[in-house]
Amino acid sequence: MDFISILSIFVLACFVGYYVVWSVTPALHTPLMAVTNAISSVIIVGALVAGAAKGAAASSALGLVAITLASINIFGGFAVTARMLAMYKSKKKG
Amino acid sequence: MEHAILPPWALFAYLASGVLFILALRGLSSPATSRSGNRYGMVGMGLAVGTTMLTQAPIPTGDWWPRPGPEDLVILARILAAIAVGAVIGLSTARKIQMTAMPQLVAAFHSLVGLAAVLVGLAAYLNPHAFGILLPSGAINPDSRIEMGLGIAIGAITFSGSVIAFLKLNGNMSGSPILLPGRHVINLGTLLAILGLVAWFTQDESLWVIAVITALSFIIGFLLIVPIGGADMPVVVSMLNSYSGWAAAAMGFTLHNTAMIITGALVGSSGAILSYIMCKAMNRSFLSVIAGGFGAEAAAGGGGAKEQRPWKRGSAEDAAFLLKEAENVIIIPGYGMAVAQAQHVLREMGDVLKKEGVNVKYAIHPVAGRMPGHMNVLLAEANVPYDEVFELEDIQGEFSQCDVAFIIGANDVVNPAAKTDKSSPIYGMPVFDVDKAKTIMFIKRSMGGVGYAGVDNDVFYMDQTMMLLADAKKMVEDIVKALAH
Repeated sequence: MDFISILSIFVLACFVGYYVVWSVTPALHTPLMAVTNAISSVIIVGALVAGAAKGAAASSALGLVAITLASINIFGGFAVTARMLAMYKSKKKG
Repeated sequence: MEHAILPPWALFAYLASGVLFILALRGLSSPATSRSGNRYGMVGMGLAVGTTMLTQAPIPTGDWWPRPGPEDLVILARILAAIAVGAVIGLSTARKIQMTAMPQLVAAFHSLVGLAAVLVGLAAYLNPHAFGILLPSGAINPDSRIEMGLGIAIGAITFSGSVIAFLKLNGNMSGSPILLPGRHVINLGTLLAILGLVAWFTQDESLWVIAVITALSFIIGFLLIVPIGGADMPVVVSMLNSYSGWAAAAMGFTLHNTAMIITGALVGSSGAILSYIMCKAMNRSFLSVIAGGFGAEAAAGGGGAKEQRPWKRGSAEDAAFLLKEAENVIIIPGYGMAVAQAQHVLREMGDVLKKEGVNVKYAIHPVAGRMPGHMNVLLAEANVPYDEVFELEDIQGEFSQCDVAFIIGANDVVNPAAKTDKSSPIYGMPVFDVDKAKTIMFIKRSMGGVGYAGVDNDVFYMDQTMMLLADAKKMVEDIVKALAH
């Protein structure tokens, strides 16, 4: 992909983010932060590439540490979001 | 060398994972759809990780079926072990963490994303071949150097800034702002130096350039957050949330990965919007929050002329009597409720009152607590149905029909000085019109302390105000006991 295609995806995604986030109800702003934190750990993709590469010991060591850090976030972030969301109950359902 | 050529299905998979992340955020538009939204997020992450494992690492294959050699299996085992360690730490933390500690947990998580971004950036620098960012000449592509430099810088700022935010929120470090002389000059100089070095990096790919960028960015993250006081933490946490997104996006540019770019853009805008909402709710500009020092200056300025004014103290029995007689009660919780862990007993009080036929509602200010939506989570934890919880603009009109405004652990968000006193540091901040209620009950530890903005509150001295001086949890427990009689 050339730079301009990637930039287009980025700019359009910023707009999507803008509208999607404004539609999030303020009551769920804490879960929003927890889940955005979890998904930003998609940086693990870069960590996996580095961690799996052969012939560059320092680079793959950094990659492995980054994999662990990102995994803490992914598992922790989604789990804590799920835990919070499970608490939100409506009056009607009791 | 060009970027690694991925099979078309992998490109689709990354795109799908980006779309699933959008749906994850979309689900949060209502509590009813939020749980399935979270599951979309998990599927998206699984897809991104799985696709990477199958196409780039550790089982790269041009065949339709992977044929790992012994070395690949060792690498695979290492990677799986790294993921497993992260999973154990992450899951056990998520299970144990108290809801009141959510702001510091989120700050800690942000610091990890930041550090991971720094490590990935450095790894890409050390092994550009694996990331497909080498030019035929053997140099790193200059475009990629900019992306890498920026990604590392933003990641490092996110890391050290979040560590400071964590220490402040967790109480390991004083919440009051720490002001260095000449800090604006130092900060601005450091930021310019970082940008200059990123530009220099395109010409000279020596290790020292990237090392200095990394070091300066760690330092600036620290310097930026240290002068910001506890009350401004909702903005800081949102801002760091945004940065962690931009760091992921920068790495996405380096890797030409759509999932990372879409996610980075989503998270970046999400954090930016939350910061904006928080600033607006305090009527402060983003720049003034970032400049820091709020709270320190106010305490110094507001400490001047203060005369002793009369106020009325009530007991739990008085409060219980009035609450029982009331028709409409609005409860306004603040950070003090979280500190006292009073949310459960507060809901009990609400239940008793509802049984007595009282109409109970909760009113939440956007900046109540230490992060956006913090009070809503605590009330949800205490089993308060979310349809009894209202935002500022939705409930503001109801105070004139309200018999009792019950303020627990909040202060600045009910201070009428924000509406009338132009010299007040919180002037212009939208506040609840509690003065329109027939009776105001104000739970507070003592008459001594004032809110985080360090300003006195006229509500204490109003005719209809009853001060309930005690620990919030103890006081509400006593009210519940008194209601039983």
